[in-house]
Amino acid sequence: MQYKSQAVSKPYFIAAMGLFVAQILFGLIMGLQYVMGDFLFPHIPFNVARMVHTNALIVWLLMGFMGAAYYLIPEESETELFSPKLAIALFWIFLVAAALTVVGYLLVPYATLAKMTGNDLLPTMGREFLEQPLITKIGIVVVALAFLFNITMTVLKGRKTAINTVLLVGLWGLAIFFLFSFYNPHNVVRDKFYWWWVVHLWVEGVWELILGAILAFVLIKITGVDREVIEKWLYVIITLTLVTGILGTGHHYYWIGTPEYWQWFGSIFSALEPIPFFAMTLFAFNMVNRRRREHPNKAATLWALGTGVMAFLGAGVWGFLHTLAPVNFYTHGTQITAAHGHMAFYGAYVMVVITMISYAMPLMRGRAANSNKAQVVEMWGFWLMTIAMVFITLFLTAAGILQVWLQRVAASPMSFMDAQDQVSMFYWMREWSGVVFLIGLLVYIWSFFIPGEEKAKA
Amino acid sequence: MTTLARRQGRPGHSLADYPPGDLAIWVFILAELLAFGVLFAAYAITRLKNLDLFNEMQLTLDRDAGALNTFLLITGSWFVARSVAAIKADHRRASANFLLAGIASGFGFLTVKYFEYSAKFAAGINLDTNTFYMFYISLTMFHTLHVVLGMMILGFVWNKARRGEYTARDHHGIETGASYWHMVDLVWIILFPLIYVMR
Repeated sequence: MQYKSQAVSKPYFIAAMGLFVAQILFGLIMGLQYVMGDFLFPHIPFNVARMVHTNALIVWLLMGFMGAAYYLIPEESETELFSPKLAIALFWIFLVAAALTVVGYLLVPYATLAKMTGNDLLPTMGREFLEQPLITKIGIVVVALAFLFNITMTVLKGRKTAINTVLLVGLWGLAIFFLFSFYNPHNVVRDKFYWWWVVHLWVEGVWELILGAILAFVLIKITGVDREVIEKWLYVIITLTLVTGILGTGHHYYWIGTPEYWQWFGSIFSALEPIPFFAMTLFAFNMVNRRRREHPNKAATLWALGTGVMAFLGAGVWGFLHTLAPVNFYTHGTQITAAHGHMAFYGAYVMVVITMISYAMPLMRGRAANSNKAQVVEMWGFWLMTIAMVFITLFLTAAGILQVWLQRVAASPMSFMDAQDQVSMFYWMREWSGVVFLIGLLVYIWSFFIPGEEKAKA
Repeated sequence: MTTLARRQGRPGHSLADYPPGDLAIWVFILAELLAFGVLFAAYAITRLKNLDLFNEMQLTLDRDAGALNTFLLITGSWFVARSVAAIKADHRRASANFLLAGIASGFGFLTVKYFEYSAKFAAGINLDTNTFYMFYISLTMFHTLHVVLGMMILGFVWNKARRGEYTARDHHGIETGASYWHMVDLVWIILFPLIYVMR
């Protein structure tokens, strides 16, 4: 750690891991509810478990991004953070708001929560992933603005590099597109149209810039490859991302009441979306192969390479699987989407945040890298989680294909619920893979508690 | 390799100078060509299915404007190629001026396009008019955006060139910008016959 203020990212990383565990627990609850419909009913109904599962993911990834930014920005800008105190204050505000929101989800019926939190004043609730009460949404905006102020001021007073510029653009984009969560027109088509400006332009737009910047930063550190080379790759990747990803939004506009040309725009541009992800895979492997130093933190290198591969598979390949309009006509809103969602979020965003944590945490604890034993345990966590996620994805894909066939293609199509019964075997297998994933996560967290250190050699 | 060879001041057309310009721009150019390739293929397939509509609608396009624009872009490419040749002979002022002429051709293209689009939009044509016009508008618009981007890149390079930052030995930036500009030209040379002329 080169700057004292980088330490503010530590609580962010710890809270992110805590929320990650919560996310997986609720995932397991939901997974079981797929096959045992009344499990934990009426205390935790499916819709509530789903809300907690997805919102916890988003919040912990945001925590992870903020933590990563607080670590990365001072080092790239070669100056202390503008205000470490503000960063710590924002951490607590964000954490308490997130906790209160989850408590609200769990303790109060959703409609009551909406009434209690002033949804009548400006209705924004009730939409997938944007379920947060109005006050939470306002809180997110306030925290995001103060956070952006803090890191932007830091960059302005320090060195400007491609990496911190791309990261800043990504984070500003994240905040700006979130504003569309306040726009909730009566017209359902319009509503859906702009809803995707938050959802799609986050994960297939600005978040990819954040991903690219974090990956580039860690790769510079662990491989020692020239900044010039790494930054050039970063520029190519983000250009490809934006060229394909922005118009790629069209792949959500096939069947929501928008004009037909979206089927063309969406199909063509989103079919090209795997390219930037493939470039990222090449990027990660290329840089590690051309490394000029043997960094003692092998675990961080593994996570970085894993991000490259799994992001391409989950976001690129599994996205392409159902992105063409004629295919999506059959697969829309089935378990194929769930398969893609799981591997893409894990491969791209979960893994890149863990890459950063894996690299930065030992340094913040005053060592170049964790002890060999701790790293071996961490790598066990990597493999258990990653392989479990591959199986979750495969089982959901199998469930999805069967579902599409039974419900939409067969000569006498089944109803939704009948088809669900037929695919339950795959849901059970997915649930067991989920248990393995949780074990992997616990193993990963355990690795933090193994003492000792590995000294830098080169 | 390429930069190394150039820094050692080895002029000419050796393999080490290939591809001209920055490797990153070539990754980008190939991705762009792929995107346009997919768009052209989609156009061709759809045209086969709606032959009569496409043949009829094609006659409503302004072919003269298209031809004029082809002339402008090819001329622009010639200027840009002259600029690269000039800097290789260390004629810095001439090189910068040729770049400016290339940018001016881009402005000419945009002006013609402005009148062409205005006429179409005034006639009430939009993306929903029919499948042919959907392709016409989106393909030409997408290309026009690339012309704008190409002009921005050339503008950036010109700004450095006029300050004398490029030399016979170090003109990596000019070749990079020129490569991109030629791609924009190449796409139009396929796009123009495909949409305006071929029946």
